[in-house]
Amino acid sequence: MAGRFSPLAKPQGTWWSPLGRDERLWVAIAAIWGLGRFLMIAFILPAIGNEQNEIQSYRIDPAEFHRLATEFTEAHQIGEMDGVPVVAPPPGSDIYLEGQQFAWRPVVQLKRGEQYRFLISSRDVQHGFSLVMSRHSLNFQVLPGFVTAIHLTPEQVGEFAVVCNEFCGAGHHVMTGRIIVTD
Amino acid sequence: MQMVMSGLARRCGVTGLVIDRSAERLIKFHAVTAVLFLALGGTLALLIALTRWQVVHLLPAKQFYAFLSAHGMVMLIFWILFFEMAGLVFGSTVLLSARMVVPGLGWVAYAMMLGGAVIATGLMVTDRATVMFTSYPPLKAPPLYYASVLVFAVGAILGVVHFFINVVAARMRGDVGSLPLFTFALAGAGIIALWSLISGAVALLPAFLWSAGVIDSIDPGVYRLLYWGLGHGAQQVNLAAMVAVWYGLASLMTGGRPLNEGLSRFAIVLYIFFINMGAMHHLLVDPGLTTWLRNINTSYFMYLAVLGSLIHGFSIPASVELGMRTQGYRKGLFGWLRRAPWGEPGFAALAVSLFLFGVMGGISGVIIGGPQVNMIVHNTLLSPAHFHMTVVAGTTMAFMGLAYYLVPLIFQRQLVLRRWATYQPYIYGAGMVVWGLGTGLAGHWGVPRRHWDISFDRVSTLPTQIFQTTVVDVFMALLGIGAVIAVIGGAMFVTIIVSTVALGQRTATPNLGRVIADAFSSAPAVAGASGEEKEAPVPAHGAFEAPGALVLSLAFLTLFVLLYGFSWFELSTVPWRVR
Repeated sequence: MAGRFSPLAKPQGTWWSPLGRDERLWVAIAAIWGLGRFLMIAFILPAIGNEQNEIQSYRIDPAEFHRLATEFTEAHQIGEMDGVPVVAPPPGSDIYLEGQQFAWRPVVQLKRGEQYRFLISSRDVQHGFSLVMSRHSLNFQVLPGFVTAIHLTPEQVGEFAVVCNEFCGAGHHVMTGRIIVTD
Repeated sequence: MQMVMSGLARRCGVTGLVIDRSAERLIKFHAVTAVLFLALGGTLALLIALTRWQVVHLLPAKQFYAFLSAHGMVMLIFWILFFEMAGLVFGSTVLLSARMVVPGLGWVAYAMMLGGAVIATGLMVTDRATVMFTSYPPLKAPPLYYASVLVFAVGAILGVVHFFINVVAARMRGDVGSLPLFTFALAGAGIIALWSLISGAVALLPAFLWSAGVIDSIDPGVYRLLYWGLGHGAQQVNLAAMVAVWYGLASLMTGGRPLNEGLSRFAIVLYIFFINMGAMHHLLVDPGLTTWLRNINTSYFMYLAVLGSLIHGFSIPASVELGMRTQGYRKGLFGWLRRAPWGEPGFAALAVSLFLFGVMGGISGVIIGGPQVNMIVHNTLLSPAHFHMTVVAGTTMAFMGLAYYLVPLIFQRQLVLRRWATYQPYIYGAGMVVWGLGTGLAGHWGVPRRHWDISFDRVSTLPTQIFQTTVVDVFMALLGIGAVIAVIGGAMFVTIIVSTVALGQRTATPNLGRVIADAFSSAPAVAGASGEEKEAPVPAHGAFEAPGALVLSLAFLTLFVLLYGFSWFELSTVPWRVR
């Protein structure tokens, strides 16, 4: 029978011994729980959930993205809000959303129940796209030189605030945007 | 023995360990430096928390961001690594009664770490490197900042190398066969530390060159990947070191022995192989990764590292139960727990640390570390809530508990304000619970982290009042109040340790309170003491040796399953479809 030793003292002789009943039971339960979570994340939720993390991405020159975002804004502008252009692109279309120190541009108006592909990137530093609907938020990291692409379908009508939740400089806390969902 | 005669070492009057005097000096310097950084970081914590609590909103924006940057660096890196370096020297020399070899290397490592840390802290506090703990490019700090962090990292690498040299030398001299579990866990921490520090150096070197104008640009995505090798890797170092301290405190306080030594060591090995994947958790909503990489990597390959933590989470209470039952407290399922030394600061710190780390830090970490749930969590206040429950309520609390015994032993002084020390873990823990609940719930409500003003009252373009609700106000008040309580607890610790070091009565045999002193001895004078084979105590309930710990662990797992399920439910109620 192997001995038991203080963790603070050098063990002498044999310390290896087979697992006792307590340890066998606990390790088995813990391993099953680990396997369960693995299956949940990798297989079950991707098969059944409505909120999937299937972010796609590609590299882009920040200047090129800015050009595309500007074109997109000019093509679909329907008005202004606090001096920021408001765009209403047709359902199913791509939406270019640009983060910069310290604003999200443009304001986007969407139709409830329609899917849009959001293409989000940054003109300068890293930003955090955070669509807030307290008590929840949807958050994606935005890097200059990369497009973060996600498919979003609004299920609720209303005005949703967009804030920045990656520190981006002295004016980080004034960086806001807006998404409007109509019927 | 020879060393003791020659005056290069002393034999501890309490533990019987042979202490190399040069190792002792190095431990003292690291420990004092660590506590000073803790005091600075705690002061910054108070100012930051009182700013985020919107009712007080203490600091102006610029100073808030500067202090927040400094707080992250000072606490997550400097306080914790200096303390861990003290632990590494202790575990590789004192605990083995072994000599410290190449003391010069230890001092070079210390000097580099100190120099780098002081310069980096200075730049951050004075708003010259306000780039947060993460310093994500292209947000730019001056070259000196990256250089100072690099110097610190290289110093830390040398310190870890020094640890391994000492362990190998002790083995070659025949001072040690199998390492004590404490040192074994530190060796695990050391291995994780090496790759994490190297990963950090590889991230920061190009950042330095870019800041200095040698190279034009730097890829923000690649930087994030490498940086989190350091950022999260360093937390896994803390985890393994904390587990070492947990085992150590369990033994010192209650005479606890791991139920199965092999299993506990295996769980440390699981950390080494699988926990590094945690680094990817920070990139779950980043561009640049594929869905499969996200899903497989962040499920930790079947959560084998979490399995390691679950093993420790059972094994440590079980070892306490075993220790208490061996002492004769065998009544019922939980008699051992009722009679545990709750008034002993080391046990109080162990209990608070283990409980808060597991229940609040561990569960929240696994939940938000999944790629789907992470979308409703990333960069909200729930993320700092999680890692403060692991690193502050868990690691820092455990380190404080250990310090109440190691500081008197190493400095050979009587612990002063002992009464304070018995309350300190509970005050600190209570503060962290209040803080953690407020901060975590605010995060769940979408409140962003690293944000000066969530009222948006000063914003002229597209302001939002979404966070101006009673419920968010309550959460932010809990954040503020909890921080004040925790800082009081932290200040008590700093006061106790600083006064002990400066004013404590000198003695070769400091009174450690109610401890099992032979926990340290590997050559016991009496049969049956530690280090010698011991008959297993008669199981009290059926065939289970630690039925109480088993019941506690199952209760914990039930809570885990419920909260995990709840998080998926919360995700499903988001009024947007995402894919």
